[in-house]
Amino acid sequence: MTIPLSGQLINLSAAFLLLVGFAMLAQRRILSLINLFAMQSFVLVLSTLIVAISTHQHHLYYSVGITFVLKVILIPWLLHRFIRKLNLKWDVETHIAIPTTMLLGIVLVIFAFNLAQPISQLSGTVTRHTLGIAIAGVLLAFLMMITRRKAVSQVIGFLAMENGLFFAATSATYGMPLVVELGIALDVLVAMVIFGIFFFHIREAFDSLDLKHMEQLKED
Amino acid sequence: MEIFWILAIPLTGGALLAVLGNRDWAPEFGLFLSACTLVAAGFLTAHVVSEGPFTAFNEQFFVDSFNIFLVALTALVAFTTSLFSRPYMRIERDHGKVGVKALRLYHSMFQLFTFTMLLALLSNNMGILWVAMEAATLTTVLLVSLYRTPASLEAAWKYFILCGVGIAQALFGTILLYFAAEKILGSGGTALLWTHLNAVKPQLEPTVLSLAFIFLLVGYGTKVGLVPLHNWLPDAHAEGPTPVSAVLSGLLLNVALYAVVRAKVLVDGALHTHLAGYLMMGFGLLSVTVAAFLLSRQKDIKRMFAYSSIEHMGLITFAFGMGGAVASFAGLLHMTVHSLTKSAIFFAAGHAAQITGTQIMDNIRGLIRQSPAVGWGLMLGTIAILGIPPFGVFASEFLILTAAMHQTPWAIPFLLISLGVAFAAIFSKVQSMVFGETTAPRLSHSPALVPVFVHLLLVLLLGIYIPPYLAEWFHQAAQWIG
Repeated sequence: MTIPLSGQLINLSAAFLLLVGFAMLAQRRILSLINLFAMQSFVLVLSTLIVAISTHQHHLYYSVGITFVLKVILIPWLLHRFIRKLNLKWDVETHIAIPTTMLLGIVLVIFAFNLAQPISQLSGTVTRHTLGIAIAGVLLAFLMMITRRKAVSQVIGFLAMENGLFFAATSATYGMPLVVELGIALDVLVAMVIFGIFFFHIREAFDSLDLKHMEQLKED
Repeated sequence: MEIFWILAIPLTGGALLAVLGNRDWAPEFGLFLSACTLVAAGFLTAHVVSEGPFTAFNEQFFVDSFNIFLVALTALVAFTTSLFSRPYMRIERDHGKVGVKALRLYHSMFQLFTFTMLLALLSNNMGILWVAMEAATLTTVLLVSLYRTPASLEAAWKYFILCGVGIAQALFGTILLYFAAEKILGSGGTALLWTHLNAVKPQLEPTVLSLAFIFLLVGYGTKVGLVPLHNWLPDAHAEGPTPVSAVLSGLLLNVALYAVVRAKVLVDGALHTHLAGYLMMGFGLLSVTVAAFLLSRQKDIKRMFAYSSIEHMGLITFAFGMGGAVASFAGLLHMTVHSLTKSAIFFAAGHAAQITGTQIMDNIRGLIRQSPAVGWGLMLGTIAILGIPPFGVFASEFLILTAAMHQTPWAIPFLLISLGVAFAAIFSKVQSMVFGETTAPRLSHSPALVPVFVHLLLVLLLGIYIPPYLAEWFHQAAQWIG
């Protein structure tokens, strides 16, 4: 079976998304982590654009525009600003050693493909084969949130998870209705602002953004 | 048209208070806004009573017997909470716990939170429901950390991250729902509208829908506070200001459960099995038992009642999962009485903590002597929440147990033991707080206890006599919940 050029390009960008997902899992430096996130968002924008052009789904152009402005430019810029203002440069500490995390990541990818199988079979979109990768992206981001100790890297994990979900929506259904996408974009933007406020509050209270200070509330 | 006012008043009010919230009259203005919202909700209720369910604004909004009583309840609790928070937040300011800026944030965010709750309830679009639920987290997260203490920041961060991750699962569930619906309803705006989904639910793909429900249950279940997804809940309730604890327990948990029940109706229609019901019963029963056994270990008064909220939400989830006319009716009634009683308890507990200057229960003594109203409010609220007749909680718990006796006899021992353990734990602790000697000083503003007694009176009335129209709504709603 031959796959049309657009389909091949989408598969290629999906593969790239997965690669960036693993790169984020392995990255220790916060600045590179932000750049990787921007790159992942950019690949997401490209693949959505290809889907929009090849399937003539006009509402997807709006999502492409919103995602580009929000996730490729605005959020990485905001994160860079926070990092500069808070003067954070040090490496990210992880709860689990990075090679172990990578192995766990591989297991998650296998699980994701199994989960996606019954859904992709029912889907009629050209992008259906990428659904497994989308779910894998969500799970990898989730793993990153669990294993990182710094507040900033947890936030980047949160955003990467949102990217994975966005990709899942495009690959299974060509995107959600526009009003919903607008709402989600607004939520992400507001969440980003609140995260920013939080960074400063946490830093003020603990003199560090390390979450190990925030393990006081426990059941005795 | 009423829907427009219900949503517009808190939204514009929140925007106005973001600018004017530092004025001296901001609490009164917030109170006025909440009163207007309540009046609008009253008109909407009258409209639904006279004309039956309807959709509005190009089918984007939808009102039926299920969400109308939650809208009325939300507007009522939001109003009484702002009545309570007027003196409460002034006392907090006098104690130096919050500054003027924090108060502005509080007043603004409170209105916006009310807006998100009402939007989630009234929206016909499952996607907008998700957006509103996420926005509800966003509006309350800075309120949980309002005092900026290390513990409150930790609680807020936990709340933000855990609910963010949870709600992301719900987004995936919504995507799957859209995926299944799009095949039948076509792509575009209508495929996520609940009324359309409900009309075609037997044709929806069962595999996809069962997967979607699992994600929706885990996602919204995080916000309901179902065990084992409940970790954020006690911290957020204990560390945030008391009015926030009251609306989290009284409103947010209910609305999140409302989202789960909406999803369950669709899945039941598509699957023709009891999968959704069994999942909800499992989560519900686990929440009831785990929360009940954790109650006795609590030292913080608000934390203890937060665990009690988990227990009661578990009970309601169990009732909806069991299904059937009686159980669903009982679930709806329990949602109402729990929301009223628990917010009343938080009001009283908040003032008790202000009087004694601590939330640690061992240090709170002799409330009745110092302030009889606070003491009696806490005592009566506790008696009500523990399900002692003639309060409404007794009626709903009795109905749930009767239904369980018929449908799921194996669950009865778990439920009875949990209710007994919860009773012993809470009653002994509250009793020693209410009675005894005290040296605590008086408060600078007289506490607002009208809301406490209004709520408890309503719960008492619901225990003795349910008005016919309310019973009729509950019956209608229970029928289509199934």
